Amino acid sequence: MDVNPKAPAPFPGDVIPTPGGGILVSKMDQVINWARSNSLWPLVFGTSCCAIEMMSTASAKYDWSRFGFEVARATPRQADVIIIAGTIVNKMAPVLKRLYDQMAEPKYVIAMGACATSGGPFFYNTYSVVKGADHVIPVDVYIAGCPPRPEALIHAMISLQEKIKLGLTREQIRMEKPEQSF
Amino acid sequence: MTREELQAQLPELAPGSTFEEGGEWLNMNVDVSLWKNFSHALKFTLSLDFDYLFCLTCVDWKTHLTMVYHFTSTTHRHHLVVKIKLDRTTPQVESVAEIWRTAEFHEREVFELFGVEFINHPDLRKLILPDDWEGFPLRKDYEDPINMIKL
Repeated sequence: MDVNPKAPAPFPGDVIPTPGGGILVSKMDQVINWARSNSLWPLVFGTSCCAIEMMSTASAKYDWSRFGFEVARATPRQADVIIIAGTIVNKMAPVLKRLYDQMAEPKYVIAMGACATSGGPFFYNTYSVVKGADHVIPVDVYIAGCPPRPEALIHAMISLQEKIKLGLTREQIRMEKPEQSF
Repeated sequence: MTREELQAQLPELAPGSTFEEGGEWLNMNVDVSLWKNFSHALKFTLSLDFDYLFCLTCVDWKTHLTMVYHFTSTTHRHHLVVKIKLDRTTPQVESVAEIWRTAEFHEREVFELFGVEFINHPDLRKLILPDDWEGFPLRKDYEDPINMIKL
């Protein structure tokens, strides 16, 4: 390892020692993550029957706005989370990738239902279906079910919120990892 | 018309055709050579007046293909299912897109997925598949080693 032999220049101002001074920064991160997790705007994206359950989750009976999801956006530039509600076929895969790329950081992905997690009922003997949306974009939370009930979707959303409150985005986790040397 | 009346009248328009027992609707097997005249008669005979083609599809039986047409009449409220057996190597059948406009897209779909060629179709191109696609994916013997996981 290279160690810089040159000592840094002395700080020009006054240094006031504050014991535990790092607390402010970490608390600020927690506040930001708390704010992010409670205002996740989903993208209006449904490719098949899971979208019906997603609409049901948005409607009055299940009402995902209780958890801060109510502002569904029809443009990826204003959305925070994309709920892949339905089958992704080979023709849809580049569209999904493009939508994901257009979303602003930090962005999150929920794979809803069997099709989005693995291809589900279309795993075998199908010429057109992508076997899991994670072949196209990275996924944060997977939901089982065909289609999952609204409670399952809400559970996944709360799981995503907890994941965000824990702190790091996927990119941050990747950067925090020590670089492997070969 | 009732089912029995249809069953009595229709063979006059398509000689040699047979009927299948059972089923919700009257099932009729018609020879492919008669289809051009018979489809015309179904639409334009006043007592039949099958003005609504509500399903057009194809079935791969491995030995042959079968075109299946579901008709109903909005004036007489009777139904009819017409089945036409096609050769599997060179499947050809007369298009009905000029009679029922809805058939245009349905026939394009059958064309790309089963490879049935519709004679006198106004615009026989692929509908959903990419233009450079090869093979007919809904045929039973379709193979795609890259995208398909065989069970």
